[in-house]
Amino acid sequence: MRIALFATCLADTLFPEAAKATVRLLERLGHEVVFPLEQTCCGQMHVNTGYQRDALPLVKRYVSAFSRYDVIVAPSGSCVGSIRHQHAMVAAGQGERGLAARAHDLGSRTYELSELLIDVLRVEDVGAYYPHRVTYHPTCHSLRMIRVGDKPLRLLRRVRGLELVELPAAEQCCGFGGTFAIKNAATSAAMLADKMTAIASTGAEVCTAGDASCLMHIGGGLRRASSGVRTVHLAEILASEA
Amino acid sequence: MTTFLGMPATAPRGVGHLRGDTTFPRAARQALGNEQLRRNLRHATSTIRGKSSRVIAELPDWQELRTAGSAIKADVMSRLPELLEQLEARVTERGGVVHWAADANEANQIVTGLVRATGSDRVIKVKSMATQEIGLNEALEAAGIQPVETDLAELIVQLGNDRPSHILVPAIHRNRTEIRDIFLAAMPGVDPSLTDDPPVLAAAARKYLRETFLSTRVAVSGANFGIAETGTLAVVESEGNGRMCLTLPDTLITVMGIEKVVPTWRDLEVFLQLLPRASTGERMNPYTTMWTGVTPGDGPREFHLVLLDNGRSAVLADEVGRQALHCIRCSACLNVCPVYERTGGHAYGSVYPGPIGAVLSPQLTGVEDNASLPYASSLCGACFDACPVKIDIPSILVHLRNRVPHPPAERAAMRAAAYTMDRPRLYAHAQRAAKLARIAGRRGRGLPPPLSSWTVSRDLPAPPDQTFRDWWASR
Ligand code: SF4
Repeated sequence: MRIALFATCLADTLFPEAAKATVRLLERLGHEVVFPLEQTCCGQMHVNTGYQRDALPLVKRYVSAFSRYDVIVAPSGSCVGSIRHQHAMVAAGQGERGLAARAHDLGSRTYELSELLIDVLRVEDVGAYYPHRVTYHPTCHSLRMIRVGDKPLRLLRRVRGLELVELPAAEQCCGFGGTFAIKNAATSAAMLADKMTAIASTGAEVCTAGDASCLMHIGGGLRRASSGVRTVHLAEILASEA
Repeated sequence: MTTFLGMPATAPRGVGHLRGDTTFPRAARQALGNEQLRRNLRHATSTIRGKSSRVIAELPDWQELRTAGSAIKADVMSRLPELLEQLEARVTERGGVVHWAADANEANQIVTGLVRATGSDRVIKVKSMATQEIGLNEALEAAGIQPVETDLAELIVQLGNDRPSHILVPAIHRNRTEIRDIFLAAMPGVDPSLTDDPPVLAAAARKYLRETFLSTRVAVSGANFGIAETGTLAVVESEGNGRMCLTLPDTLITVMGIEKVVPTWRDLEVFLQLLPRASTGERMNPYTTMWTGVTPGDGPREFHLVLLDNGRSAVLADEVGRQALHCIRCSACLNVCPVYERTGGHAYGSVYPGPIGAVLSPQLTGVEDNASLPYASSLCGACFDACPVKIDIPSILVHLRNRVPHPPAERAAMRAAAYTMDRPRLYAHAQRAAKLARIAGRRGRGLPPPLSSWTVSRDLPAPPDQTFRDWWASR
């Protein structure tokens, strides 16, 4: 299958390993990956901070960059949530009815990685090997905005060598929330502290998730605390080979 | 108070409790420093969460019930004037008197005048969000009338000269030792050897309240529901104190937000299932009291219904935001909110705390007066999943953030970011420049404020050698 990759601005700029791993994984499974160069950012930061007007050109850009592809994947539940649930709203809110319809349609063809693998490509065992003790944090937007459910866990359970350990209070927000981490830094830090305690209690070496943004926040906290636990994007684990 | 034709007014300043003295982040920082508060909150919210999810799991049709509740509320909002007029007509037919209050000042004047007319200098109160919202107790006190809260938690708050911090459990921030100290200091006639054993504390409150119930002739209540079809008002509660207030006095004055009307008796079937399970984790609430006008020889001889707007029409005028009026004040969204759990109710500055407060208060007051509240959420969405009437709180938060006056520096930065992100080549340059800036920052300058708050508790990621875009181009 020919699959267009939306790398997301965060993975493109700061966490290229997550996007590279997505490419390696899909190619290993026998698919063709394309990367439309005119893509940049889904605009979620603008929408969620209260700048819908500034987000409109970014919605237009996403639609024009990806309209000609049947299947699009992004290694981020949060950006997929924004594309699926906010793009049409932003367009309609500014009187762009045609754009809203196209954005809505495109949203239904844009998948988060675990959705793509299980719902579209129908694969649970991606042939990965990752000999580590891993705990999974279901990020809020993956969990509640696009409802990936247990798909990431099903994929992780089939990874050879991987020992999956359950994260206590997994569904509690890690406190990132985009600009929330800056505007309400103290509250965000308190939420992060509890998440780190929960992660430490599992004895895992690695904490994984489907969102680079939450991992940046959790990973930054773990590094600051000199914890031995690393954060690794789900795509990187699934792309690992013996 | 002036009203511009066609422009619904927001709740007036200087009266009531919808605005805090400080912004949410500042108030939250203070709360976060209070270990005792965080322990009390964590314990209380996780206990209610557990109970509630157990009894919700018993119902096979919980999702259908939520959909029904949401549909009834949407219908109410679409024909609110008609339903309110119907309610007024039925209440009047049954011997009640209906008053319309445009805002907090009018409502306080009406209630104070009604109490004065009875000659009583004391009223007993059923716990009510609406009367807290308008600051009725303060207005009554200013008029020389003593309001006595009869809900146990509300009484604790009142005696402690405190503010409520939860919709359902106003004294959630207090533990039993603190409660004993408050009773000893402020409860008339209390036994000085009082212990902090919960049954002992409850008995002390009961004794004090019994005497008050039997010697007070006027009661003020709120209403959970007002049924347009029959003019019936309903209050649901757990302690029975409400029933005492609603049946014993000669005069009953009910202050009801205009959004609380429901079309028919049958609609109660849905809400009386949704409310207790979402709220206290009970299958049915212990006391449901309903009354229709006055009944000779039984209950209050005089009944007044004050219909309160205080900004609600302005909320109704906003197509996205109006969903906030669907709220049945169950407090489920507070109990699942990770922000509320750590900051407590006072940080929200309004009698409506937590996620619903973050969307309702700024709409009632106008967003400029509560500009930090729409940002008091990480948009995790737990509130939306918990809400028994399916209010999409995250979407309303995002919607309101567009109406908040933005700080000029932030506006400029957002504009610049959007400009760059809309130009892929410029964007690729900026990505490389960002890496350079990051390296420069490492040599000691750090990030400029407000971004510097990131590095107070987290490290920044190490910059990659190559962006994905460059890697793709080089393969
Ligand atoms: S918004 Fe929903 S969950 Fe929150 S108090 Fe109101 S009805 Fe309950």
